[in-house]
Amino acid sequence: MVDSKQQWKAWLYLSPAIILLLVFTVWPIFNTLRMAFLNGYGNMAAMGGATFDLGIQNFLKVIEYDKFIDCLKTTAILCVATVPISTTLALLIAVALNSIKPLQKTLQTIFFLPYVTNSIAIGMVFATMFNIVGYNPVERAADTWGIINNVIQFFGGEAISWINQGSTYTANIAVMIVYIVWNALPFKILILLGGLQSINKQYYDAAKVDGTPKARVLTRITIPLLSPMLAYVIITGFIGGFKEYSSIVGIFGEKMGPPDDAGRLNTMVGFVYDALEKDRQGLASAGALILFVIILIVTLFNNKVIKKHVHY
Amino acid sequence: MSTKTTVMQERDVKKRTLVQNIVKALGKTGTYAFLLIMALIILFPFYWMIISSLKTLPEYRQAIPTFWPREIMWSNYAKAFEEANLGNLFMNTLYVGLVSTIISLVITVLSAFAFARLEFKGKETLFGALLATMMIPGELFTITNYITVNQLGWMHTFTALIVPFLVSVFYIYLLRQNFMQIPNELYLAAKVDGTSDIKYLWKVMIPLALPTLISITILKMMGAWNSYIWPKLVANDAAHQMITNGLRNAFTDTSGQANYPVQMAAVAIVSAPLFLVFLCLRKYIMQGVSRSGIKG
Repeated sequence: MVDSKQQWKAWLYLSPAIILLLVFTVWPIFNTLRMAFLNGYGNMAAMGGATFDLGIQNFLKVIEYDKFIDCLKTTAILCVATVPISTTLALLIAVALNSIKPLQKTLQTIFFLPYVTNSIAIGMVFATMFNIVGYNPVERAADTWGIINNVIQFFGGEAISWINQGSTYTANIAVMIVYIVWNALPFKILILLGGLQSINKQYYDAAKVDGTPKARVLTRITIPLLSPMLAYVIITGFIGGFKEYSSIVGIFGEKMGPPDDAGRLNTMVGFVYDALEKDRQGLASAGALILFVIILIVTLFNNKVIKKHVHY
Repeated sequence: MSTKTTVMQERDVKKRTLVQNIVKALGKTGTYAFLLIMALIILFPFYWMIISSLKTLPEYRQAIPTFWPREIMWSNYAKAFEEANLGNLFMNTLYVGLVSTIISLVITVLSAFAFARLEFKGKETLFGALLATMMIPGELFTITNYITVNQLGWMHTFTALIVPFLVSVFYIYLLRQNFMQIPNELYLAAKVDGTSDIKYLWKVMIPLALPTLISITILKMMGAWNSYIWPKLVANDAAHQMITNGLRNAFTDTSGQANYPVQMAAVAIVSAPLFLVFLCLRKYIMQGVSRSGIKG
């Protein structure tokens, strides 16, 4: 039975949340849609009394804009490269952690550490590790090659300009992949280890009785039973990957690229914020909607692939 | 004849267990070796940050790096604190973090209570609608919120940093789940005794849901500590700057002439509070994260 006093009370308790959600969540959904379909919408201009025609010009402009295609490319490369690497590594680490007793807690804590860091601050640490200081092109010598290049030289390789003047796009992307994987591991290990620990021990006992080899136990028991968690970390990994932004700011600064080619590593989110700050909210909204649709498609696609392989 | 076979079989079994033991020991060694190498890779950036922060600039710039500072420069830390104006940034971030956590907890508790305990028309629909908003990426909201904050005259105020993020549907969901596990009889008994809702919340629900509330608090504080994009858009002036923005803005020189040891000292100072909190409250953080799947 619903009594009226409870009704009244419920709405009273919910009112702060509802008011804030209406202003900062519900209204933005409608307004962003509206701005995206008003050709060339800008807020300053709108406040000055300008009117805008309904249309899809913003979307066309976003797609035609070659820098947007670059952003899309960088985002997609980072996504496609980092998600499989970090998921595989996290799976191996989680399985290894689950199979040991001494040191398990300590190692688990160490593997979680990158999570409790500020992605901009630690990005600056990675930047110094890859950074070449005081390069002299004539003598082909630098004061400091950066520790990563020192390691490469120690094993007989050539030093590479990773993030400095004259670095290649491939080198920049390689740095980003290393950093993003390092950053993504803790969450994935945490989820996968949690999943492993909840698998019924009887499966493993049965495999032991049958004398099943370890590799087969991994592919036939562990991975199938872990598949819901694997699906979860892969999907969240892709969503996070498509929203990559601050890790790049951490390493390259707000220029989003090496000193001689600012904006080279800009991503979709970076594109949206650039447009927003330049008072081109229509363009920003269209970009954000495209991002939303891409994330939606990737998630649905993943779901479909995963449904075939996930065993609940 | 039969004794001979048993002896041979026994020898066979012994041999097999020996081989098995060797394989097992090798496997264990391999597992530990893999984990330790990975742990070293994970830890290396932290180690590099700390030793770099303690070096003198000439030592840092040596062609062959040293793995332990020859002369320990504690003064780098003092310099970093001053140069990046970290004291001010700490206070700003702490203020925004604390105020938004407290208000956010009150709103979350009230809403979760309504959804978990009270009956009202449209409850399921409303809850479903709230959950649906979680699917939309935050960037979509940011664009309009930027305009809203501008029109409300909140630019370059703490209000702009606090108010738009007070309500998190996810925290309401998390706490509602927790509240629902508390038997309803307790609430009805309290009603019979004439206890008010607020008193019941305070005396029964909140203590029982304390672990979830602690997780929310930590994630919220971490969020303030790590926020970068939104503060950069709406309050990037000296008086309201948050710690991450201040850190990034103070060290923008990528030309190679920067004083890297001081920069690393600043990074270490900014990272330290998160580590301390993590080491003290590891359980809550890992629990909260494994349920939420969000960073900060």
